[in-house]
Amino acid sequence: MFKIVEKRLLAPDIWLMNVEAPRVAHSAQPGQFVIVRGPEDGERIPLTVADYDREKGTVSIVIQAVGASTRKIVAIGQGECLADFAGPLGQPSEFIHEDIESLRGKKFLFIAGGVGAAPVYPQVKWLHEHGIQADVIVGARNKDMLIIIDELRKIAGNLYISTDDGSEGFHGNVTALMKDLIDNRGKRYDEVVTIGPMIMMKFVALATKEYGIHTIASLNTLMIDGTGMCGACRVSIGGKMKFACVDGPEFDASLINFDEAMRRQGMYKNKEKIADHRCRIGRDQ
Amino acid sequence: MANKIPRVPVREQDPAVRATNFEEVCYGYNLEEARLEASRCLNCKKPQCVAHCPVSVKIPDFIAKVLEGDMAAAARIIAQDSLLPAVCGRVCPQEAQCEGSCVLGIKGEPVAIGKLERFVGDWELENGSKEKADIQSNGHKVAVIGSGPSGLACAADLAKLGYEVTVFEALHKLGGVLQYGIPEFRLPKDKVVSREIDKVSRLGVKFERDTIVGRTVTIDDLMDNEGFEAVFIGSGAGLPKFMGIPGENLNGVFSANEFLTRNNLMKAYEEDSDTPCYVGERSVVVGGGNVAMDAVRTAKRLGADAYIVYRRSEQELPARQEEVHHAKEEGINFRMLTNPIEILGNEEGWVTGIRCIRMELGEPDESGRRSPKAVPGSEFEIPCDTVIMSLGTSPNPLLASTTEGLQTTRWGGLIANDEGATTREGVFAGGDAVTGAATVILAMGAGRKAAAAIDEYIRNK
Ligand SMILES: Cc1cc2nc3c(=O)[nH]c(=O)nc-3n(C[C@H](O)[C@H](O)[C@H](O)COP(=O)(O)OP(=O)(O)OC[C@H]3O[C@@H](n4cnc5c(N)ncnc54)[C@H](O)[C@@H]3O)c2cc1C
Ligand code: FES
Repeated sequence: MFKIVEKRLLAPDIWLMNVEAPRVAHSAQPGQFVIVRGPEDGERIPLTVADYDREKGTVSIVIQAVGASTRKIVAIGQGECLADFAGPLGQPSEFIHEDIESLRGKKFLFIAGGVGAAPVYPQVKWLHEHGIQADVIVGARNKDMLIIIDELRKIAGNLYISTDDGSEGFHGNVTALMKDLIDNRGKRYDEVVTIGPMIMMKFVALATKEYGIHTIASLNTLMIDGTGMCGACRVSIGGKMKFACVDGPEFDASLINFDEAMRRQGMYKNKEKIADHRCRIGRDQ
Repeated sequence: MANKIPRVPVREQDPAVRATNFEEVCYGYNLEEARLEASRCLNCKKPQCVAHCPVSVKIPDFIAKVLEGDMAAAARIIAQDSLLPAVCGRVCPQEAQCEGSCVLGIKGEPVAIGKLERFVGDWELENGSKEKADIQSNGHKVAVIGSGPSGLACAADLAKLGYEVTVFEALHKLGGVLQYGIPEFRLPKDKVVSREIDKVSRLGVKFERDTIVGRTVTIDDLMDNEGFEAVFIGSGAGLPKFMGIPGENLNGVFSANEFLTRNNLMKAYEEDSDTPCYVGERSVVVGGGNVAMDAVRTAKRLGADAYIVYRRSEQELPARQEEVHHAKEEGINFRMLTNPIEILGNEEGWVTGIRCIRMELGEPDESGRRSPKAVPGSEFEIPCDTVIMSLGTSPNPLLASTTEGLQTTRWGGLIANDEGATTREGVFAGGDAVTGAATVILAMGAGRKAAAAIDEYIRNK
């Protein structure tokens, strides 16, 4: 059992949970994820690590209640326990293995959409701690749905905000904002890291390809075990089959078959063609 | 003479009924049936059954106790060689081991050794002591990675010797394949698997679930910082294979591991499970092993018209005989000498069918196996909604890649000697992680051998 030591509402239906998991906190690196089960009979839900504190032995996750299982998780209160919290899983972000000097010579841009701001945080923080100021774009539907802005502002080089309705920052989507920065405001980037809805990452990748900027995207596929055992998370990377949970979740965005990944992600949505009522259709993810 | 009695039939759920539920197929013997069946054993001087049991269970001896009606004594005899009789009695390929070499089988039917073992195993789970074992600790700590049959067996033997054993398991439930792979209708989880694990807990073994060694903690951490003097790796062979044919990433194509994990570990077949599972109106399972049989029978129970597609002929099916027999009774369609070449889909990316080619068996090769060859021009399609790939599995590379000095074979199996010692000092391994996908009894046997080697290693350190 894993105790929720802190629980905060960040935006409508979006919660931050700080969870006591000493072993996970000890080993977690930027880019990795955990698998969480709320109640004892719950579904296994993959969530990217949003922060970790090795001393306190805690790991933060940010979770948006969008379906039956995520709603069950956010229904668990501060001081109560999550049934399971397994991780850290997947490969850490590539840059943590790079030579610091060569990293310092690079200009990073992180592009986050929606709850994607949460997993971007530990990456920007890691770079900040190593003396690298990365620029960050955070996009959301509207001003109320923006999360982790203050925290990011403290560690980012420049923080840019875009909202679909223009209620804060740039009026438009994150890709348009990135183009504006490069085309009109003289910004240059060597590396883009994008985390958010697949459709957003797909368009970011298409745009950065035009600029010839190397881009990494973090894939939130369907998963069960998260250890390479089931293949539910398989994606096509440069035409090769890869398992997002062990080979990823981060991949070179120019090689990702996003259309296939989106199609597979929605596999259990509105699936009515079932032979038997006992065979459940999915509501989450 | 005793052997004139025909093999006592075992009671089973009616095939038409059981094909719609997940309850156990086979009810097993009652005491009277078990004793009658036990009376058929000739108690051979040189028992072939023992020679052909991978862990040499003293079969005639325990059967003699069943005949006497002394189940406690029968259980004690089995326990000398096997930790999991209620499991092995249900899932061992008896026809290729003990029963396959029973002399009664030459002219008639062999003694139902598996069913008798199961009877004793179940009796023990029901009536055996539930007391916590009183074992004096010897102060030495050993870590076991994986809670499948090899890990459980290794942990139990070491605990009996006084070691302080912690089992680290990646998943949220214990038992390995017994929990996530083999379905409820063949191996009940609460009635059998959990209770076998409780037996190990009562020996004082600690379990840490949700711990992926290599990620959550490394073998080096365990040995250098947490005081574990030796490690046993029983991490199994869980990585699914795909065929590399077009269409494998279509919606509706699953590995058997995914399909079975959704249903066994996550109970997707139950009304109130949050984990989804889709099977469609027709489901095609590719493969012919136990895993394929489990997947196809699960698909059937979820309401699909279910098919097996296998590239060799029926004689070569690697599954247990009983499973093939049960599958046929339940109305599974078998398409032998058939190999998929492409999975077909619609514009939305969902499976609509599978394109196959007929095969014929060629001349035997050096190994004596007749290898299947495609018959040119014989392609045909089977329309279906889901395709479940059951083509075998291989060991997970995680531990080898995160542990200095741990070497693997070219196909990924950990290199270990007969006693289980790997290429890294103090680290032992056994079961599917070493052999590749094999059987419960072999994994259990390897765990026990390694326990003995670990004991010797620590005592001589
Ligand atoms: C569907 C199916 C049906 C089968 N039917 C039969 C049958 O009828 N008869 C038969 O004899 N055999 C059968 N088998 C094979 C048999 O189950 C295996 O040979 C046996 O379970 C192997 O045992 P093991 O202990 O080596 O590994 P497993 O049972 O695979 O257990 C390994 C455990 O280790 C855990 N693990 C892996 N990596 C790590 C890590 N890094 N850290 C922590 N934990 C880890 C896994 O989560 C798993 O729980 C079947 C297998 C399957 C999949
Ligand atoms: S989630 Fe099962 S293999 Fe990736």
